Amino acid sequence: MNVLIIAAKEIHQAIRNRWVLAATLLLAALALSLTFLGSAPTGAVGVRALDVVIVSLSSLTIFLVPLIALLISHDAIVGDMERGTMLLLLSYPVARWQVLLGKFLGHLAVLAFATWLGYGLAAAALMATGSRIDQDSLAAFVAMIGSSVLLGAVFVAIGYLVSALVRDRGTAAGISIGLWLLLVLIYDMALLGLLALDQGRNISASALNAMLLFNPTDVYRLFNLTGFANVSTFAGMAGLAQSTSLSAEVLLLALTLWTVVPLGFAALAFSRREL
Amino acid sequence: MTSTVRVTDVTKEYGRGKAVCGASFELIAGELVALIGHNGAGKTTLMKLMLGLIRPTSGSVEVLGDNPAAGEFSGRRQLGYLPENVAFDAALTARETQAFYARLKREPVAKALALLETVGLGPAARRRVGTYSKGMRQRLGLAQALIGHPRVLLLDEPTTGLDPELRQTFYEIVERLSAEGATVLLSSHALTELEERAGRVIIMNRGIKVADGSIERLRNIARLPTRIRLKVTGLAPREIPSWVPGDATCRRLNGRTVEIDAAPERKIELLHRATAAGTSVEDVEVVPPSLDELYAHFLRQSEQAP
Repeated sequence: MNVLIIAAKEIHQAIRNRWVLAATLLLAALALSLTFLGSAPTGAVGVRALDVVIVSLSSLTIFLVPLIALLISHDAIVGDMERGTMLLLLSYPVARWQVLLGKFLGHLAVLAFATWLGYGLAAAALMATGSRIDQDSLAAFVAMIGSSVLLGAVFVAIGYLVSALVRDRGTAAGISIGLWLLLVLIYDMALLGLLALDQGRNISASALNAMLLFNPTDVYRLFNLTGFANVSTFAGMAGLAQSTSLSAEVLLLALTLWTVVPLGFAALAFSRREL
Repeated sequence: MTSTVRVTDVTKEYGRGKAVCGASFELIAGELVALIGHNGAGKTTLMKLMLGLIRPTSGSVEVLGDNPAAGEFSGRRQLGYLPENVAFDAALTARETQAFYARLKREPVAKALALLETVGLGPAARRRVGTYSKGMRQRLGLAQALIGHPRVLLLDEPTTGLDPELRQTFYEIVERLSAEGATVLLSSHALTELEERAGRVIIMNRGIKVADGSIERLRNIARLPTRIRLKVTGLAPREIPSWVPGDATCRRLNGRTVEIDAAPERKIELLHRATAAGTSVEDVEVVPPSLDELYAHFLRQSEQAP
């Protein structure tokens, strides 16, 4: 009950602060432009227009959704402490984990709304312009939106963990940007470099799988680009799709763990904070 | 005599400094207690300890049957708190904020909204809190602290930023709640305001409780002189009346007034002498030591103690 009250207030605030509007517009604008510009390489005959959109949109999501999620979440605890609103809230009959979970649900709802609406618009626009869309493509598209929200949940949880650990908002922002760079860009580059150096001598396929599971954005990428046969041919990952032994269930479980574990540690750190 | 708050030998250290050092007291239902002390004397720390926002280094705190340090909070439904610099989410209006807090306490929202009228927010309640002045935020702070029927009210500097009229209303509300059996712990710098209202005073200095009791009791302990002012006729400008005992400190304030410092137990004797001496006394004013003076006295005493 307390959790829902707090979640409702977070959503209310996000609407007031135009966070919802800004995130939705941003995602919708990028999704729409990718939909129409992105179909250029396949030509007007693009019978599989939605599959192409899935490939380009999921690549965009890897950059954008973690960034938006960290932007809303890094401030959630340390910011409220600095502003002084946390002091009053915690004097009410509510446990700290309830505060954290309530904020999480609220922020996730905002993110889910923006993603579904923004990306849904792209699919709707494709249909409106007369592209034929079959069942498989639609299923892959829905899975893409769902996993994008899950990726958002991962980074909201990571943002909370940062927010619960640091002393001031500036530090939280700095660490969040660092984590974003690391998980979205640097990790993959380092992994690629490692593989190129190794030439397949020491690193086995299972070791590579494990390394990919250690980065939520790679888990997301694997899920969307290899999970559906029709998509992976476009993504140029058909080869990887056949070699990887990670099933969609394992990948979804990995993303869920990537959400629950940081959230659990955030709750622990927050419960020990003094203010 | 049910105690609502029990603080037992509590010490709170921050790094090397001690914010509170071995404080013990018990607050009873229906008491209006003034917590006074300099900035940094440990007043806010004590309140935070009672709320479980921080944990004591040693000792224990019990509030309405809960141990706040262990994260117990069921009693907080009957607790109101007004922090020193109260802050609210700027994007929401006062009505939305008040409704949110009422829901958290499981209290009817309509009754909580009516409190906004009580504290005089009225039409401004539909505006965003971000546009509020300090005084208006303080009013909203009071309104949220009064939600429900608090059995314990912790008010940290509640009257700063309030205009005199609302100050009056505020004390009326607080006194009514206290008469209904609520424990009110109120920290303030406005000692003259508290003097008439607080049934009990706790003085803190550098984290140590230096005095605790009703004002009368503190006056007795402090043994500060009561000042007796007599308006007298027919005296020369610097003349001291003959009936003033030799060992009493006595001074002339202006042309016609004599001020005598009287030890607490000699007040009556002095008045007796003055009236017995004849007709020259026109008027009498007895000024017991004020809370200001008592406060200064206990601080001085605690500073001198090793």
